[in-house]
Amino acid sequence: MNDALLQIQSCCQAFPKPDGEELLVLQDINLTLRDGEIVGLLGRSGSGKSTLLRLIAGLAQPISGQVNYEGQRVTGPAPGIAMVFQNSALFPWLTVLENVQLGLEALGLPEAEIRKRALAGIDLIGLDGYESAYPRELSGGMRQRVGFARALVVHPKILLMDEPFSALDVLTAETLRTDFLELWTEGKLPIKGVILVTHNIEEAVLMCDRVLIFSRNPGHIIEEIKINLPQPRSRMEPAFRDLVERMYVALTARPMTPTHTISTPERTAGMGIDMELPRVSANAMAGLIEAIAGEPYNGKADMPVIASQLHMEVDDLFPIAESLQLMRFAEIEGGDIHLTDVGKEFAGAGIDERKKLFQNQLLNQVPLATHIRRILQERTNHMAPRTRFRNELEDYMSTESATRTLGAVIAWARFAEAFAYDARSETFSLDNPT
Amino acid sequence: MASEKCSATELVTMRGVVPISIEQVSRAFTRWDALAILLTFGVLIFLAETSSDLLRPLAELQQAPVSLDPHFLPEYAARTTLRMLGALGLSLIFTFTYATAAAKSRRAELILIPLLDVLQSVPILGFISVTVIFFMSLAPGRVLGAEFAAVFAIFTSQAWNMAFSFYQSLRTVPIELVEASRTFRLSRWMHFWRVEVPFAMPQLIWNMMVSMSGSWFFVVASEAISVGNTTVTLPGIGSYLALAIDQKNLAAVGWAIAAMLVVILLYDQLLFRPLVAWADRFRFEQQASVAPPQSWVLDVFRRSRVVATLVVPVSRLWQRTYQLSVAERANNKVVKLTSERSRWGDCVWTGLVLALAAVALWRLVSFVAGNISLQELVKASLYGLATLTRVVILIALASVIWVPIGVMIGTRSRLTQLVQPLVQFFAAFPANVLFPVVVVVIVNYGLDPDIWLSPLMILGTQWYILFNVVAGAMAIPSEMRDVATNLQLRGWLWWKKIALPAIFPYYVTGAITASGGSWNASIVAEVASWGDTHLHAHGLGAYIAQATEAGDMHRVVLGIAVMSLYVVVVNRLFWRPLYWFAERKFRLG
Repeated sequence: MNDALLQIQSCCQAFPKPDGEELLVLQDINLTLRDGEIVGLLGRSGSGKSTLLRLIAGLAQPISGQVNYEGQRVTGPAPGIAMVFQNSALFPWLTVLENVQLGLEALGLPEAEIRKRALAGIDLIGLDGYESAYPRELSGGMRQRVGFARALVVHPKILLMDEPFSALDVLTAETLRTDFLELWTEGKLPIKGVILVTHNIEEAVLMCDRVLIFSRNPGHIIEEIKINLPQPRSRMEPAFRDLVERMYVALTARPMTPTHTISTPERTAGMGIDMELPRVSANAMAGLIEAIAGEPYNGKADMPVIASQLHMEVDDLFPIAESLQLMRFAEIEGGDIHLTDVGKEFAGAGIDERKKLFQNQLLNQVPLATHIRRILQERTNHMAPRTRFRNELEDYMSTESATRTLGAVIAWARFAEAFAYDARSETFSLDNPT
Repeated sequence: MASEKCSATELVTMRGVVPISIEQVSRAFTRWDALAILLTFGVLIFLAETSSDLLRPLAELQQAPVSLDPHFLPEYAARTTLRMLGALGLSLIFTFTYATAAAKSRRAELILIPLLDVLQSVPILGFISVTVIFFMSLAPGRVLGAEFAAVFAIFTSQAWNMAFSFYQSLRTVPIELVEASRTFRLSRWMHFWRVEVPFAMPQLIWNMMVSMSGSWFFVVASEAISVGNTTVTLPGIGSYLALAIDQKNLAAVGWAIAAMLVVILLYDQLLFRPLVAWADRFRFEQQASVAPPQSWVLDVFRRSRVVATLVVPVSRLWQRTYQLSVAERANNKVVKLTSERSRWGDCVWTGLVLALAAVALWRLVSFVAGNISLQELVKASLYGLATLTRVVILIALASVIWVPIGVMIGTRSRLTQLVQPLVQFFAAFPANVLFPVVVVVIVNYGLDPDIWLSPLMILGTQWYILFNVVAGAMAIPSEMRDVATNLQLRGWLWWKKIALPAIFPYYVTGAITASGGSWNASIVAEVASWGDTHLHAHGLGAYIAQATEAGDMHRVVLGIAVMSLYVVVVNRLFWRPLYWFAERKFRLG
């Protein structure tokens, strides 16, 4: 394997939790980037893709394993690896030209060389005429072009892209993708390999030669899918659609959250409160139920199809779908989502019945809600402070996740009128204000 | 509409200037705070003891001739302005070093930030005399020493909030910019000047403006100092004014005020307008500002060929430093936070700080034990209580007056445009210039100085309440106002449900500034004179002022210590919790 540009060997990464223990975010990652390849890292948010990208960029060090670039271990930002950021990360006080020049200045090149290369880069990426503009005068797409130019002028061998198109609108993103692919396939770029982090399945199929699917808790690679379609690719081709479908299946096949283990009512109450809950509004859940219940799905929908119909990306759709699954309103299997009987009943119900159904599912299927409700009932004044539950949650998860999880359960409980929460005094209680 | 938006952002940025450290931490008082207090007073005592020995040789110093002839005023004004600019330069150097050290080194941060917090609370105004003597003993020529002392006094009124704002900016540089800078392997030197300083620039410039305004107070106080029987006079507007008061020359007072107005106007037009206009590009927001601030001076500079040709070699040279720094750059290594070595370093560092604190404590104890009776301590504390009462009442009064007016101004855009420059000017105007007028009134009508001297304390600081409230009222979203109109909310209900909650966080910021400033002002406000008429109120400020006049350094230090404690305790127990309550509950958006 002489053409390996980059090799990652059994990398693990962890971050400290508030209780001093470590939270594993990447487990045993192995990856090789070869000459002339675009590799995609696809997964939900929180699956460690961006963390991995930062390890490769030398912005952080793995707790075990290593990253090798051209046979050398990466211990800090390496020359030859450049990065394009999600929100372009331009310096607002520098003009387009100065932004592009900055990386060259850091290389300590002579002034004439800096200017020549910067202007060439600007020319290549189609930014002529914008040299003296400040980033805030540009549209998002133009800004991201500057981000690309800035990364390319230092003549890197590897280009890292951290969801570079996700902050752009659909049309702009598509133009930028095709422009990039054109330059890449025509060999006009100095780079030899690309690693692209994305949560957009179609983008991965459109751009990559190989896609690694990531799963969460802790982040690890669950599947590798090769894409042998010739460039330029068309989204309409059956082969393209098949690959998209395959990736949906891959993303939904594994248990996304450990829901399957705690659903049985026989389990003791209080178990399973360690589950992180996504912040999804009850209205979004109701909306998805209605969409699936309605025409043309009639209770069962193909995830890629409904995602594109609702203009939702993986990170928009999956948390809602997952929440439906968690509360047993729907089941997800092999890239399909279908409503359960309760889900169908919910779709046809009025607002009061919906609240009742929601309360029932919440208290029976979400262990944390069950737990809070039980504690409140046991206490004589039917009240409990927020800190009581937060401390409990922090035994299992990071402070951030605990806050999010509590926020989610509060929002659901309010909709379901299962229990009340007063943000001012930070207390849970059973009685709703009269 | 455009210019209205613009002034709104200006005012809102002013809001970022909080004179005490308001970090969101639950800590009420840590051991590092205690250490910081100890160290501060250790140094103060050191200065006081050294300077009391130095007092005698000073007696021979002759009074520099200051003439009340208005023809000399331009020269005096120039000298005063130079002192202020010199102090501003010093403050910038201090800011770039002190705040950077605090932001970059965890160890340094532990002690530097509480220290800054305490320093902000120490009324250096009462200590000017001590520093004058200290600096004069350092400098070979007496006048030079006095100049140093004056510049230092002004520096102490400018540096803290600048350093604090810079520290906070350094801590909040957006992570993606830091990552971009790191992946492109900028050297530390480049990172500092091209990423961190630009990011901090807008806040820093606003703080410089506030500092400059605030330091007028100190200019007036620092140019004419009497310690015991010695009077040190430096030619300047401050000493001119002091002489005018001494000779009961109302016309001269008028001339001094006019000169100050001109100077304030000039440096606003020549220095700060251009700076603000120039710094507009450092704003981090990605949107183009509606109407970027303009400055004719900056336009002239930008269009001038002469300036351009002069700038080129300088910027070349500066570029060269980047190249050098890149050449010398060692590979950016990621440092692990919890290695054995750093734990060792922690121990050594803590030990060092503790040792210093122990020395300071020993000095403090021996100082107190040897020279201050319990009776004196009780007396100072009681006086402190009197001053505290004044501050509380005055802040309450100023709030009752300025909050409604501020809301009224802030919700009427045309009025805002008219009033805003006026208010900013008043804030810059040194209120102590007006003291003689008040004294004349009090003497003429035989009023009680305990009551009627008090308003002087808040004369200069009440504006902070006003312009923060104006900014808050302007920040009320127009939808919210439309809703209020639509629901026909009027009268008290409108105030209670819309106006007061919306301005509350802004008001708190203003009130904190005003309260801190009032404590400091009490040192000059509780004693006032006109010719040979001297009035004094009972309070800690007067206590310090009188001790200074008598050259009793022990009582000066005691007074300052007691005052600092009052300020720190009030900040910690009242303002800081209130600030965070306001931030949590009423912050819009």
